[in-house]
Amino acid sequence: MADPIFIAVAVLTVGAAIIALEARELIYGAVALAISMLGIAGFFLLLDAPFVAMFQIAVYVGAVAVLIIFTVMLVRTQALFTTKEDKKRKSAGIALMLIIMASFGALLIASGLNGQFGNFGGSPTVNFKEIGKLMLTYYAPALIIMGLTLAGAVIAALALARREDVEQQHERAD
Amino acid sequence: MRLRAGRTWNNNMSELIDFLIVSVVLVAIGIYGLVVKRNAIRMLFSIEIIANAANLTLVAFSRGLPNAQGQTFALFSIAIAAAEVAVGLGLIIVAYRLYKEIDVAEFRSLRS
Repeated sequence: MADPIFIAVAVLTVGAAIIALEARELIYGAVALAISMLGIAGFFLLLDAPFVAMFQIAVYVGAVAVLIIFTVMLVRTQALFTTKEDKKRKSAGIALMLIIMASFGALLIASGLNGQFGNFGGSPTVNFKEIGKLMLTYYAPALIIMGLTLAGAVIAALALARREDVEQQHERAD
Repeated sequence: MRLRAGRTWNNNMSELIDFLIVSVVLVAIGIYGLVVKRNAIRMLFSIEIIANAANLTLVAFSRGLPNAQGQTFALFSIAIAAAEVAVGLGLIIVAYRLYKEIDVAEFRSLRS
């Protein structure tokens, strides 16, 4: 089987993901989600992709987790504590999760993908230069569109969260 | 782990299928969260978990092929997910302001 580091990172990632969904307080859930993202970054390091791992840590653990924690703080705590899930729905959800895990796991093990991608044990071949070259040549239009999408999404989020009534009151006060 | 010809035995190496199985487990957990949870922020957590499982699959295949395009796609995907979180949290704050509640079953303005 796999090496102990892999198993440790897998347990960390999956356990933190479960805690993120099941923790009673949402703020602990947000921290657990950040730990889960950190575990994914660890997987990227194991896969010899340090650049993607750094990107993951910068974006997910750095930006997204802080954004989520601030949102949790903005939302009143009383709304966070009331969990209204019925037991039947929860057990059905767990059954669905187990069915998906078992069926896709069996499919993957039976698919023989492992034999086809036999280079896995070999030396790593992808380096930063190649990624940079791809991003600036073949995927340059996609990179530009992604930048515009990011700018649009940030402006849209600001426009959504704006409070016009408060601004009008300030204008009247002036 | 089988020993293949022309390949040195490396005990410290896990195989492609291990990463794919972790990815499937994360997707299943994310779907469970989307189905069961009614808290909007927790549903956003579930979406994030599913997106990360997809990134893990991309990078794992990029390592196995080997091919740099998988990592490039993963980088694009991470950036788009950041934008999605910004918009999603903005929507949640607006919904909270309107309904004083982040339970998705209480958002009923489009329902009669």
